Amino acid sequence: MSVSWQTLADALSLGGIYALMAVGIGLVFGVLRLVNFAYGQLIMAGAYAIAYASVWGWPSWAGILLCFAVVLALTMLMDRAVFRPLRTQSPAVMLVATFAVAFLMQSIAILAFGQLGTIASSMGPLNQPWDIAGVQVRKIAIVSIVVAAACLALLQLLLTRTAVGLHMRAAAMDFRTARMLGVRANRVIGGAVLISGLLAAVSAVMLTARNPQVTPIFALDDTIVVLAGVVLGGLMRPVAATLGGFTIGFASGILGGALPTNQSQYLPTFLFAAVILVLLIRPNGLFVRAGGGDRL
Amino acid sequence: MRRLLEVAAPAALVLATALLGLAVSSALQTYFLDTLVKVAIVVALYVFIGNSGVLSFGHISFVALGVWTAGVLTVPAAERTAIMPGLAGFLSHATVGNVPSLLLAALAGLVFAFAVGLPLMRLSGLAAGIATFGVLEIVNNVLRYYDKIGPGLNAFSSVPETTGIWQAAIGALICVVVAFAYQRSRFGRQLRATREDPAAASAAGISIYRQRLLAFAVSGGLAGLAGGLYVHLLPIEIDSLYLDLTFITLAMLVVGGSGSLLGAVVGALAIGGLDSFLSAAENGVDIFGWNLNLPTGTSVLAVGALMALILVVRPSGITGGRELGR
Repeated sequence: MSVSWQTLADALSLGGIYALMAVGIGLVFGVLRLVNFAYGQLIMAGAYAIAYASVWGWPSWAGILLCFAVVLALTMLMDRAVFRPLRTQSPAVMLVATFAVAFLMQSIAILAFGQLGTIASSMGPLNQPWDIAGVQVRKIAIVSIVVAAACLALLQLLLTRTAVGLHMRAAAMDFRTARMLGVRANRVIGGAVLISGLLAAVSAVMLTARNPQVTPIFALDDTIVVLAGVVLGGLMRPVAATLGGFTIGFASGILGGALPTNQSQYLPTFLFAAVILVLLIRPNGLFVRAGGGDRL
Repeated sequence: MRRLLEVAAPAALVLATALLGLAVSSALQTYFLDTLVKVAIVVALYVFIGNSGVLSFGHISFVALGVWTAGVLTVPAAERTAIMPGLAGFLSHATVGNVPSLLLAALAGLVFAFAVGLPLMRLSGLAAGIATFGVLEIVNNVLRYYDKIGPGLNAFSSVPETTGIWQAAIGALICVVVAFAYQRSRFGRQLRATREDPAAASAAGISIYRQRLLAFAVSGGLAGLAGGLYVHLLPIEIDSLYLDLTFITLAMLVVGGSGSLLGAVVGALAIGGLDSFLSAAENGVDIFGWNLNLPTGTSVLAVGALMALILVVRPSGITGGRELGR
């Protein structure tokens, strides 16, 4: 079992993207106690925006812009149509509702774009390797590590240095008390949903560059793995959830590179066996101190 | 009387569906058979999820295990090596009949669910959800690629197609009766108590872990039985026993109302019926002399939209999670 530099860079970049998705899922969970299973379908929609922009011959920046517009519009729509009416329901009902939304978006994609998928060729240049001191590393690996780090840093600033961030953290800790102390519920939830949408758009761009073949099940597997990672890290604390997302992305990148080819199809088995094992040992999350401690 | 209604109402719905299925053409009957098997799966889900209030995403792996058990053991020995060349050990020749294969499927589901539940039932909430999801991932992954034990990516073809309308109806009825007997037993009542108030239930001396484990094993057995029924209905592939089936069956349970046995049956019949009708309409059907022909894909779209709509408008499901007369 040997791990090459290429594998390491790839695993780091996958970890970075999964960390962004984990924040997107974790923030909404923090304020709504809602696990958004349809998060992957938002990314899928963004990926289709990039793919179609490239089919229409738009420059890649216009495709990325379209991706952000589509993902944000859908995020807002989802919040208004589904999350808001169900806000007071049990987590199980909300989770199944997001299943229904995911199912719906996926079938719309199948009907509108077909099963086979579309190629987002405008992202091709990012998939070319860079030669760094004799080691071949895909450009997108470097770009996504940098972008993920920048996004996480900005988010950390937002959460710790601004009023909205403070409100969000307060709401995540105890929504009712936060409201009593003057935190405006709709603003906090709207803010969290908006950021989660932005992160979905960023993830869509990164994932499309990694894998330009956009199909109706684009990002579905990634979302499942990220969800596992988020719970693994500790859903109740944003930083822990982010670390969980990064860890599982990194682990699956390393495992994928290290497993011999005749066993690589069993990657999900190894990954989820590890997830179950960790959950049994640390049910509250890997990165959560036992018995509480402070959030963030 | 009321107690009788609790089992009679869902049983009557199952029987009515079966009788209706006898009256239609054999092409349409497939939809009724499929819906009855879905009823069995959703009732199996209900036994655990409905009574415990804990979500499980792993039950389709018990269905898959039932499919595998009944499927591998009933393919005629002469054809087995042609369909599943990689089979090892006794799997390559041991053969059983229809009913034993169903019993073994149920047993496989029960034993596996018990074994998985032993560690997993210590978890609750989202950790339990993700861990059971992990079980689904692993079972799916292994059955899909490990061809020493089954057909791998291929379908379970050449399995005798013995699930006719009566076998499907009796299977679904067995699930309904077992679910009723369970929820009326002291174990079922204890588990429902832990669902309502875990702290109070523990204080009253109920072991949450043991009650959940028991329900998990029982519902695993029913799911295995449903899997056995399924593989005798049509040649299915392991791939169709994965996310889509997990979502649709969970949605059936929640849309019907996850708190009651009646809700499980009503949800499965309502969504199963609608899905079947729209799928049939995609191939063109005549309703009272009026020809309805919908574009392909309408059914998935309509079912998804309807599921979301019902959950938004009536989050506790069609039945509100109540039995008839309560």
